[in-house]
Amino acid sequence: MTQKSPGPEAFLPLPAATFHILMAVAEEDRHGYAIIQDVAARTGGELTLSAGTLYRSIQRMLEQGLVVETQERPAPELDDERRRYYRITPLGAAVAKAEATRMAKLVKWARALGFAPGKA
Amino acid sequence: MGACLGIRAGEGLMWFYRALLHLYPSSFRSEYGEEMCAVFESRHSSLLAAAFEVLSNAPAAHWDILRQDLRYAARTLARAPGFTAVAILVLALGIGANTAVFSVTDYVLIRSLPFPSADRLVRLWETLPGYREMELSPANYRDWKRMNTVFEEMGAITTFAVNMIGEGPPERINTAVVTGNLFTVLGVPPLLGRSISSSDDRDGAPLTAVLSYGLWQRAFGGDAGVLGRKLDLNGTPHVVIGVMPPQFHFPDQETELWTPFEFPESAYEDRNNNYLDGVARLRRGVSLEQARADINVIAAQLRRQYPKELEHAGAAVNFLRDDEITDQRRLLLLALAGAALCVLLIACSNLANLLLARALARQKELAVRAALGAGRERLIRQLGTESMVLALAGGLLGVLLAGLALPLLTKLVPSLPISGMPSIDFRVLGFAAILTALTGIGFGVVPALRVGRTDLTGLREGSRSGGGRKAGLRSALILAEVTLSVVLLISAGLLLRALLRVQSVDPGFRSEGVLTLETALPMPKYDATARRTAFYRRVLSEIQALPGVSDAGYISFLPMAMGGGIWPVDVDGKTLDRSENHSASLRYITPGFFATLKIPLQVGRNVSETDAGDRPMVAVVSESFARRYWPGQSPLGRHFKFAFLDRSVVGVVGDIHVRGLERNSEPQVYLPYQQQHDGDLVFYSPKHLVIRASGNPRLLLPAVRRIIQQADPEQPIADVRTLAEIVQADIAPRTVQVRVIAAFAALAFLLAGLGIHGLLSFTVCTRSSEIAVRIALGAQPRNILRIVLQDSLLLATAGVILGVALAYAAGRAMQSILAGITPGDAATFLAAAGLCFLMTLAGSLAPALRALRVDPITAIRAE
Repeated sequence: MTQKSPGPEAFLPLPAATFHILMAVAEEDRHGYAIIQDVAARTGGELTLSAGTLYRSIQRMLEQGLVVETQERPAPELDDERRRYYRITPLGAAVAKAEATRMAKLVKWARALGFAPGKA
Repeated sequence: MGACLGIRAGEGLMWFYRALLHLYPSSFRSEYGEEMCAVFESRHSSLLAAAFEVLSNAPAAHWDILRQDLRYAARTLARAPGFTAVAILVLALGIGANTAVFSVTDYVLIRSLPFPSADRLVRLWETLPGYREMELSPANYRDWKRMNTVFEEMGAITTFAVNMIGEGPPERINTAVVTGNLFTVLGVPPLLGRSISSSDDRDGAPLTAVLSYGLWQRAFGGDAGVLGRKLDLNGTPHVVIGVMPPQFHFPDQETELWTPFEFPESAYEDRNNNYLDGVARLRRGVSLEQARADINVIAAQLRRQYPKELEHAGAAVNFLRDDEITDQRRLLLLALAGAALCVLLIACSNLANLLLARALARQKELAVRAALGAGRERLIRQLGTESMVLALAGGLLGVLLAGLALPLLTKLVPSLPISGMPSIDFRVLGFAAILTALTGIGFGVVPALRVGRTDLTGLREGSRSGGGRKAGLRSALILAEVTLSVVLLISAGLLLRALLRVQSVDPGFRSEGVLTLETALPMPKYDATARRTAFYRRVLSEIQALPGVSDAGYISFLPMAMGGGIWPVDVDGKTLDRSENHSASLRYITPGFFATLKIPLQVGRNVSETDAGDRPMVAVVSESFARRYWPGQSPLGRHFKFAFLDRSVVGVVGDIHVRGLERNSEPQVYLPYQQQHDGDLVFYSPKHLVIRASGNPRLLLPAVRRIIQQADPEQPIADVRTLAEIVQADIAPRTVQVRVIAAFAALAFLLAGLGIHGLLSFTVCTRSSEIAVRIALGAQPRNILRIVLQDSLLLATAGVILGVALAYAAGRAMQSILAGITPGDAATFLAAAGLCFLMTLAGSLAPALRALRVDPITAIRAE
C-alpha cells in the first residue's frame, strides 16, 4: 500500500528564497554560508539571504524532502565542524525544474503582451 | 594590542549574537544555532544588522512552528471526534457562563455611569429614624444648597407620570421635573435645541419641556422641526425646547420627558413635604467623607433652627452609582459570578484530567516522535497548542452561548441610568478572550509538562503507564471537582429554599384572577372631588356589569407597585416618641377595593359611598396599626391625626405587604375616596383600577378600554398587568438567580460525575491484570467491587467534607440574601451530600461492572 506523494507541481509557486537555495545546491553540496554567498553572487548582490531566512527555508525544505543533509564532508583543513552540508534530492530537482518552467510560461505570455523585452 | 581588542570585541559580539538567538524557538536554535553563529562570524555583520535580522525572522520561525502544530493538533483532534466535541462543549459552557455573568456584572457594578466625571456625582437624602433615605423638602433643599461649601452644583428632580396629548392618542409619559441647573450637574449636552436652564424654573417662566431621544422618535417621528411645538401635559401647554441624545437616561430608563419645577413661595413653607431627589456634583478634590461632614453640620444647624419640624432629621450623601445598587443586588450578582467561576474551574479540571489520560494513552506515539528527534520543548509546545485550539473553539462557542443567554440574565439588572441592556461588546469580548487563554493554559499546561517529564522510553513492548504520581494528580483534580460541585449544589439549594420561603410569604391579598391598570386623572382637570367621583362611579359600575366580573375598585397606588406614600401619625391624646418611626401608608380607596383583592375585614366596617366629603372623616386601618396604638382594646371609634386631618377608625383589615414580600411595610391607612377634598393631596387621587374576574382577566381589556374611553376620551390607560404578575416581578431577580445557579449546579454535577467515571475507567484499565489475578485466585465479586469503589468513595467523602466547609463559608458570606435560611441548613447540606454520593456511585457503575466482567484468562495472557 503506497501513499501517493505529492508531485512537483504541488509545491508551486515556490517562494523566491527556496528557488534560489535549490539552484545553489543543484550542482554541488553546500553548507549554509556557502549557499548565501552563491545566491548573492548569482544575483549580483540583489538578493542577500539572512541567516534566519536561510535556515527557516532549509528547515522547511528538509521536511518537504527537497533537500537532505549529507554526511560527506570536505577535507578537515577546509572544514568547520559547525557546518552542515545540504544536497538537493531528485524531488528537489524536479520541483526546481517545474518552477522554472512555470516562470518561463509567464515570461512568454508577458512578452506576447509587450510587458517583457524580447520576442514571444 | 589591537588584535587582543579585536578578539575581545569579537567575543563580545558573538556573545550578543548568541543571546539574540534565544529569540528563536529553542528547537530551531538547537538545530541551526551553531551554523548561524558560523555564518555570523564569516560575514562579519554588525550587531545592528544581526539584531535586525533576528528580530525580523524570529517571529516568522515561531509562526512556522505554530502553523505546523496547528495542523497537527487539528489532525489529532479530528481523529478523536467524541472527545473533541465533549471538550469543546464543556469549555463553551464554562466560558460562556462566565462571559454572560461578567457582562451583567460589568454593566451593573464596574462600568462608570455615562456622565462626565460620574465619579463625583452624588445623591442627597434626608434621614429619619427608620428611614435611611428620604426625599428632601424644597425648604431643606434650598437651605442645603445655600449653605454648603462642598458642591460645585446642586439640583433636584422628582418623577411622576403625565398624560400627554399631542400627536395621536393620549399617552401616559413618565416625566421628571427638574430644577433649572440639574442638566448642568449632569453635564450632558442636548442633541437638539437646549436643555432646561435656571431661567426656566423661575416662578412665572413659560413652561418648557425636553424630550428623550426615544420619545422624540416614537411620538414625533424624529422630526427636526419639533422644537417650538406645543405639548399638552395634564392639560397645561409646554413648549418643546430640546431633545436629549440616545444614551441619556436620568434618573431611570423609563423617564422620557423633563420639565422645570416651578416653586412658588408657598412650596417652601412645609419643611416636611419631602418629594425632591437631590443630585449634586462634588467640588474637585472634595471627598465623599468631607461632603458628608459638611451636610451633617448643615442638618444640625437646621435642626436647631426648626426643632419641631426637623427633630431627628439627618442627612445622607452617597455616590450616585452606589445608590442604585442595593447591597442585596450586589451580593446577588457576586454570587452568580462565584458560581460561574466554579463551573469553569470544574470544566478546566475535567479537561485537564481528560488530557492527562489522553497523553498517557499516547505515550507510544510521543516516544516515537521523541526518538525521531522532537525535543521535549517541541512536544510541550505541541500539546499546549492542542489545548489552545480546544480552548479557542470552546471560547468562540461560549461567546455565542453567552449572547443567547444574556436576555435571561438581564432580568437581574436593576433600572440604572445607563442606556440599553448589557450586551456582548468589546470589553466583554476582551474578557472572554483573556478567560479563554487562561483556561487553555489552565488545563493544558499541566498535562503537557507532565508528558514532557515522562521518561520517553515507553516504546518498550507491553509497557503500561504507571499509576503512582500521575494517579495522585488526577485524583487531586477529581477531588477539586467534587468539592466545587458540592459547594454549588449547597449554594443552589440554600438559594432555592430562600426563594421558596419568600414565595410562600402571604402578601395579605389574593392575587390570582385580578387585572390591574392605571388611569391617572390629570390635574387641574380633575381637581374637583365631585368630578373624580363621577368618573370612578361611572367606570366601576359599568365594569361591574361586565360578564365574569365579581368585584372592582380603585386605589391610590397598588401594593408593590408603589412602596412609599407614607405620612406621620399622631394618635389622639398620646405623645409619640419621635425617635421611633411613626408612619403609615396613605391610600384612598373605593368601597370595592378590599373585596377585589380579598383583603379580610376583621372588625368594624368597610369605607362606603356614604362617607362623603361633608361627613365625619373616617379611616379603615390595618391590623398592625390598631395593635400598635391601641393594643388589647377595640380601635373602633378611636381618633388619630393623619395627613392634616383628624380621623376616626371605623374598621380594621388585615395587613398587606406594601413594600414587597421581603421588606417590612408600614401599617396601612385607607381613606374613603370622596373624603379627598378638592385640590388636596392630588398625588394620592386613586389611579390604579383593580378588577377581579373569573377566567382570564386579560380578556376583559378591550371592554375596559372602551368603558374608560367613553367616560373620558382624553384619558390614557397605562401599565396593564395582572396582580399575579406584579407579585412575580417583586421576586423576579431572585427567581432568575436561582434558575441560573441551579443550572450551574446541575452542570457541575454532571461534569464531576463524568470525571469520576473517567478516573475509575482508567483505574480499572490499568489494574485489570491485578483484578484478573484476584479473580483467578477466587476473589468474590464484592471484593473486586471494594477494590474498584474504594478510591472513588474516598474521593467523594473527602470532597463532601471539603465542599461542606467551603459551602458554609459561602453561605455566611451571602447570608443577607438568604431570606432567613441559615447558612448551615441541615436539610440542604444532607441533600447535597446525598446527591454527591449518588453521583459517585453512578459514575462508578460502568467501570465497576467492567471490572467484574474481566476475564482472568484473556487478561493474563495479554501480559
